[in-house]
Amino acid sequence: MEPKLELKLGMATREAFGKALVELGRENPNIWAVDADLSKSTYTSLFAKEFPDRFVSCGIAEANMVGVAAGLAMGGKIPFAASFSCFVMNKGFEQLRVVVAYSNTNVKIVGTHSGISIGEDGPSQMSIEDIGLACSLPGFVVLSPADEVATHALMRAAAAHVGPVFLRTGRPKVPIVYGPGQEFEIGRAIQVIDGQDVTLIATGLLVAEAIRASETLAAAGISARVIDIHTIKPLDREAIRRAALETGALVVAEEHLVDGGLGVRVAQAIAETCPCPMEFVGLTTYAESGTPDGLLDKYGMRAGNLVAAARRVLERKA
Amino acid sequence: MKQTRNVEELQGISKIIRRHIVVMIGEAKSGHPGGSLSAVETLVTLYWDVMRHDPDNPEWPDRDRFILSKGHAAPVLYSVLAECGYCPIDALNTLRQLGSIYQGHPDKRFLPALEASTGSLGEGLSLAVGLGMAARWDKRPVRTYVMLGDGEIQEGQVWEAAMFGAFHKLDNVVAIVDYNRIQLDGFVKDIMEVEPLAAKWQAFGWHTIELDGHSIPALQAAFAEAASVKGRPTVLIAHTVKGKGVSFMENNPKFHGVAPTKDEVAQALKELA
Repeated sequence: MEPKLELKLGMATREAFGKALVELGRENPNIWAVDADLSKSTYTSLFAKEFPDRFVSCGIAEANMVGVAAGLAMGGKIPFAASFSCFVMNKGFEQLRVVVAYSNTNVKIVGTHSGISIGEDGPSQMSIEDIGLACSLPGFVVLSPADEVATHALMRAAAAHVGPVFLRTGRPKVPIVYGPGQEFEIGRAIQVIDGQDVTLIATGLLVAEAIRASETLAAAGISARVIDIHTIKPLDREAIRRAALETGALVVAEEHLVDGGLGVRVAQAIAETCPCPMEFVGLTTYAESGTPDGLLDKYGMRAGNLVAAARRVLERKA
Repeated sequence: MKQTRNVEELQGISKIIRRHIVVMIGEAKSGHPGGSLSAVETLVTLYWDVMRHDPDNPEWPDRDRFILSKGHAAPVLYSVLAECGYCPIDALNTLRQLGSIYQGHPDKRFLPALEASTGSLGEGLSLAVGLGMAARWDKRPVRTYVMLGDGEIQEGQVWEAAMFGAFHKLDNVVAIVDYNRIQLDGFVKDIMEVEPLAAKWQAFGWHTIELDGHSIPALQAAFAEAASVKGRPTVLIAHTVKGKGVSFMENNPKFHGVAPTKDEVAQALKELA
């Protein structure tokens, strides 16, 4: 059936990031942008245009980019180092470990083009391990906005937070989930829709799919709660515990490998608080080239996949 | 602390530092004596003569920075910081022990006087150029010094950072390559030759100075020359002897990462008397 709530298409979260960075740059002269030859794609080009002296071009050298960002932070700056998520997180991971996480430098890493929705460029450019990598680093805050409203708010939170942050954004335009007044707080999940039978826990562009899935389930008489985990670390364990306690069944959906992603973090949280049946919507292998929509269909990242997962988990619910 | 330009005084301090290094690694029963001993004159010249710093005000924003990118040479840095007054001399012998401020590799969490936590090779030059860029934008007189190992520069990130430093014209950054010609597995020329070393740095756009890294007057002259260079960073290729000052350690690959025994410590202290 048609969803009751028609979600309007907004801008890509990477573009919302670029705009928010300019806004922050106007307010705070300590905000810097650091980029590795992808500024037109990451939208740090907007910042470069307005603040050329605080834009650092590193060339195609992500390991050094992370080190330079750490050096800037040691010099009192608040650097936002941006690249395709797969490049900065994988090529820069050793530097993220030593000179950012272990050294606790005030570096903000922004991964763009995350997940498979980058589309035609294919698996070498698809970041489907970044949540796991970022969450493995002690002291990191890991943010994963669902839309432009969330990106704008979480960018402000990231700049205000003292310490390492990873912000995960995507390439395609995504539906607007939130109204302009929505408040965001690092570490506090947002219940987008209330429900009693099952909870759909989602992050990034899967939040919109979860909302649509909830409407489909409602039409079938199933009340599905939807929770947006915009902060994957620190995880809002209380919201998850309550969902497990009150609905007794969870589905976690993410545009990421199931291994090491949000799902396993949620599973750990409820294993320690309130165990219940779970299902996981995510990736289990590398994808391929294609349109973003075609890929999301083929690799099972759609509302229909969440509905099917919800029905499976409800069968297992005692 | 009292800074000095007097070469004899600096040589005397160097001997004290060498004694600390040998004793603390002997006590720890593990550590890296060879590359600590080769770096002594460079650090002593920097901390007692060249660098603007104040142990009574370690957070001074305009202080010069030193980053030991070859973090395994921690004992030379700890000894220097302790003799400067940043941290206790009598705790040097707790090196590598549980809870010690003198961790196996420099760890800023335990010793805040350090500028950076290092130990994973190849990362310090990137920090230095980032710091240099921040200082330039702030119009601070800060100069950043970073010491690299000769084996360390086999890491690709060093050359990413070298390209960056020259491209961004960071003349407030000085790298020192401690060219002692030995790395863990043996002689650098047998593991992965780094020659022609000066030509490499020149090709990457750095002002390059080759010198005897145990000659304090040569170090003083090189740092002064670096300070006068505008529009590009400087690298000192400091020709040194691994294990310098202890006869049986000199030029001996075994003492890259092996501690001296009690008898060897005693012998070394005789030579360093």
